Amino acid sequence: MGLSRRDFLKNSVAGATAATVGIPLSKQAEAAVKAGESGWQWDKSVCRFCGTGCGIMVATKGGRIVATKGDPDAPVNKGLNCIKGYFNGKINYGKDRLTQPLLRMTDGKFDKKGKFVPVSWEQAIDIMEEKMRWAMKEKGPHGISIFGSGQYTIHEGYAAAKLMKAGFRSNNIDPNARHCMASAVVAFMQTFGIDEPQGNYDDIEHTDTAVLWGANMAEMHPILWSRITDRRLTHSKMKVVNLSVYGNMSSDIADLEIIFAPSGDLAIQNYIAREIVKRDAIDHDFVKKHTVFATGPYDIGYGFRPKDAEKYHSAAEMEIVKNEKVRVLDKWEAIAQRKKEGEVVEQKSTGSAMKDWAISFEDFKAGLEPYTLDFVAEVAKGDPDESMADFKAKLQQLADLYCDKGRKVVSYWTMGFNQHQRGSWVNEQAYMNHLLTGRQCKPGNGAFSLTGQPSACGTAREVGTFAHRLPSDMVVMNPKHRAISEKLWKLPAKTINPQMGSHFVKIMRDLEDGNILFSWTQVNNPWQNTANVNHWIKGAREMNNFIVVADAYPGVSAKVADLILPAAMINEKWGAYGNAERRTQVWRQQILPPGQARGDLWMTLELSKRFKLKDVWGEQKIPGLKADGFEDGKLPSVLDEAVKMGYTPESTLYDVLFATPENKKYKWPDNAVASGHGNHIADLLKDGWFPEKALFEEYRQFGNGKAHDLAPFDVYHGARVRGLKWPVVEKDGKWVETQWRNNEEYDPYVKKGSGFDFYGNNGQKMMTGDLDKNSGPDKTVDISGKAKIYFRPYASPVEKPDANYDLWLCTGRVLEHWHSGTMTRRVPELHRAVPNAVCWIHPKDAEAKGLKRNDLVWIESRRGKVKVRLETGGRNRMPRGMVYVPWFDEGVLINKVTLDTTCPLSKETDYKKCSVKIYKA
Amino acid sequence: MADQGPSGLTSSRRDFLVKLAQGAAIAGTGGLLWGYMLRNEARAAPYALRPPGALAENDFNAACIKCGQCVIDCPPLILKLEPAGGALPIGMPFFEPRTGACIMCPDIPCMKACPTGALSPKLKRIEDARMGLAVIDIENCLSYKGLRCEICHRECPIKGKAITLETHPRQTSRHAMFIPLVHSDACTGCGICEKACPTDIAAIRILPHKLVQGRIGEHYRLGWTFDTEITKDFKPAEALPAAAPDAPVPKTAPGMDYLNEGGI
Repeated sequence: MGLSRRDFLKNSVAGATAATVGIPLSKQAEAAVKAGESGWQWDKSVCRFCGTGCGIMVATKGGRIVATKGDPDAPVNKGLNCIKGYFNGKINYGKDRLTQPLLRMTDGKFDKKGKFVPVSWEQAIDIMEEKMRWAMKEKGPHGISIFGSGQYTIHEGYAAAKLMKAGFRSNNIDPNARHCMASAVVAFMQTFGIDEPQGNYDDIEHTDTAVLWGANMAEMHPILWSRITDRRLTHSKMKVVNLSVYGNMSSDIADLEIIFAPSGDLAIQNYIAREIVKRDAIDHDFVKKHTVFATGPYDIGYGFRPKDAEKYHSAAEMEIVKNEKVRVLDKWEAIAQRKKEGEVVEQKSTGSAMKDWAISFEDFKAGLEPYTLDFVAEVAKGDPDESMADFKAKLQQLADLYCDKGRKVVSYWTMGFNQHQRGSWVNEQAYMNHLLTGRQCKPGNGAFSLTGQPSACGTAREVGTFAHRLPSDMVVMNPKHRAISEKLWKLPAKTINPQMGSHFVKIMRDLEDGNILFSWTQVNNPWQNTANVNHWIKGAREMNNFIVVADAYPGVSAKVADLILPAAMINEKWGAYGNAERRTQVWRQQILPPGQARGDLWMTLELSKRFKLKDVWGEQKIPGLKADGFEDGKLPSVLDEAVKMGYTPESTLYDVLFATPENKKYKWPDNAVASGHGNHIADLLKDGWFPEKALFEEYRQFGNGKAHDLAPFDVYHGARVRGLKWPVVEKDGKWVETQWRNNEEYDPYVKKGSGFDFYGNNGQKMMTGDLDKNSGPDKTVDISGKAKIYFRPYASPVEKPDANYDLWLCTGRVLEHWHSGTMTRRVPELHRAVPNAVCWIHPKDAEAKGLKRNDLVWIESRRGKVKVRLETGGRNRMPRGMVYVPWFDEGVLINKVTLDTTCPLSKETDYKKCSVKIYKA
Repeated sequence: MADQGPSGLTSSRRDFLVKLAQGAAIAGTGGLLWGYMLRNEARAAPYALRPPGALAENDFNAACIKCGQCVIDCPPLILKLEPAGGALPIGMPFFEPRTGACIMCPDIPCMKACPTGALSPKLKRIEDARMGLAVIDIENCLSYKGLRCEICHRECPIKGKAITLETHPRQTSRHAMFIPLVHSDACTGCGICEKACPTDIAAIRILPHKLVQGRIGEHYRLGWTFDTEITKDFKPAEALPAAAPDAPVPKTAPGMDYLNEGGI
């Protein structure tokens, strides 16, 4: 073509906005800009925000980030960014950046009721040590806790999890990813026996259909959405369907918008499955060879406090919370679960919600039988102003797409499915329909769980910073997994605590009822992000406990803390994130953190120096512990065994867990990979090792050979590498990523000749049974190589609008702000664009209440109330009966209003439905 | 005939037009107020399009002595002097492209006529003039609707540089759209496009740059528009100092006011 790169790029600038004024820089200005760039040095990095995982380039000069750009070589985004990503270079420079440890004090001493006063790091870590010792003396290892993060770097998450699980023998570490991805994880583990999507973003360019189930990708995954939109524009067969409880921007290019009632998705999925069976759109060969049908109990509760709820909840709250014990079935639930309306169902399986068993295809079919078009349309229609006939026609069109054998389909979801009282079930239903039609693990075909956070996959899930997890999909309850971990970590047998720790919401409840006395927050904002937060604010401020919050900016959580630790941000430390398509990406330290701010990894390592084996590896009390090989309620002393392994009781956790002889072989400075970049953590440790590299290499051992393989640290830092999708296996001296897992054509772990192999379930046995019960542990089937197709029923939301609280409340995000807004609200341009959260409402609902746009109103639930301004127009189109409030704005602390119900399997909170009333403030 | 410009007006006729504008103002206000009026009205003149080579608005207002020489020497006689009571400053030259676009004379006679340099002699090539910038009303532009118009593109004196066409699939049928794009690095603001635009009211207009041009943040570079050299060795610009060691504890620190104010 003879087109120069410059011409090509210029011509490819998209239409309308650029067209109106042309390219804004004249040649002279361009030259001036270039002159101003002298002495800049660029390095590759990763966007700080969502799970899309866009690559960026960062320019530094004079110790500051001077600019960023989308990395044109990054396969995810090819040089593009969304408007949050555009501001990556500014998030480090907010005026109120925390630069000094702050402790609540009165007259120079810690005082829970005191004011924040600057202290040294020495003083900060002194008081942490003192309070941790006190908490563990009072309550044992489960008296302490860490709120971790899906925004941890891999190194940070790994160090924190290891310190807790191997050092303190406490499983009370749980990430904000619990609020975000836990339901997805349960569904992956139950269905496939291995976590994370089989497909990747290239599915977009292969598919004919993108079905969005509770994922407003237009705002929440903006760059992926531009890929889907491009596919829609350039591939004539492409259809886009947006299923949501309200109209949003993803509907703008959708061929079909389906507004359903909260929890109606459970019924719609079963309707589709019923149609697939009825129309025989089943891929019989695939189903027969690679799947097994399964189900589980229905009486699993709603994830409320399992006991003594009335002690902590108001009478109004108890109206809902009492469902945890006994549920009276409504009409729809009764039909959907083959029971009678008004039947009183004791919730007997709250403690065994994960239990499942194999069923026959005939049973599976019988389970689907009630989900006729008429029934599902009645249950699921979400817009009172839409006719039943129109809604039915849409459901049929949706079923047509899934039943069309000649059509490739990808189903996407994020928080709409995950933050759901039956989140694990509804995730599993997505796999149900894809497995039935043989549409999984193939280019352009798959149910694809999108991730919210930048390293929910890479850190929280893969490293395992959860209360039940160990690295590489292992769990603390499994003796084999503990043994593997103890071996790799060089720990005496029985060091790791077999008792699952407290999940995120339970840590909050434990702080409220005094079972946890010490809490450390890393890289997240729990007192803004947890539902029903009035309880937790009280738990932090009014109980005798010690709350440590490490953060870069003062937010709600810092405000409720006793000790605040100033944290380094991205690009002020070495890091690695893993995005939603299994892509592990890395960056080097580009600039120093300001003032006394330091990396969370340094804080973890520094604290570990304060504890010796004799402090933590002696006998420990664990109330409620019951496990084979352990005395009830106790962890044994492993000190004798430790001495045999060459440790002494005086060895510090730093020496035993982190600065080990093996790890110290990774020297700092390491110019081959650092290329002259600094490392403030290695500098502060002053003992000559490279903690990020050493910990990554140690961590890799967990996944290698287990289909979780990662490449060596230095490979990711290679100048040409833009992240690699695991498993990354060495082949002919090259590190090769895996595009589609469980598919023989792409995945080296698949058994040759099998075509597809769900090896995650290899060696697993399952009980058998029928739709209602299992036949006990004696009768099992081997499910090696197979994925499970679950029948899961519709279940009604636990709290529904009534005469008093007459509206649904759904919460979520806006494109302009990241999560709790601590970073994006410090960027003046983003703050100017969207300064405050508003409450979207249907104009007729507002009018009926005598309210209008811009009115300041109270939005109130059984749990709390906040003031917010009404919006009847704009980006979200609410159906009558539902309002939407984003949660980024601490001035509109909407989690005072939300309900702390969780999926009983995943313990992930449902932020998408509770009932509220609205009145003029 | 040597006196006669392309529009067929004699020089005396030109003089008359200039004096008419000046004289009307003096007659209406009294000579003392002339300067005062100019200053005030200059402030209200963001939309005025000036002849080629005009200095930036404030400098131009200061340097132009309202002599009218440029108007007299404009071959197509498109330049005008604003009379009193108009929206623009009295006595200063401007043009309105819809009725009289600049024809981009290669020898730039208007600039040469200027006795003060308000029309700067630094302008050597008429292609480097920046009188304004063409802006498209995409709602009413026929090309944006898919009609095969593109008159602006074809009429543009710097066709292919100041205005280019981009093609997009129309999506609703098997046709392409030909979308005109204006490029500020070539558009002189002559206004031929505005004059030629076939809609009832022009869907492409010339506006002063500062009214229409945005600027992206200094903190961001587009990775694909022009080459900002991406260094391939990924070395830091300079070695950073070592990490901050423990420093004396200050009495106050950022964030404290907020944290100690109480209330959530």
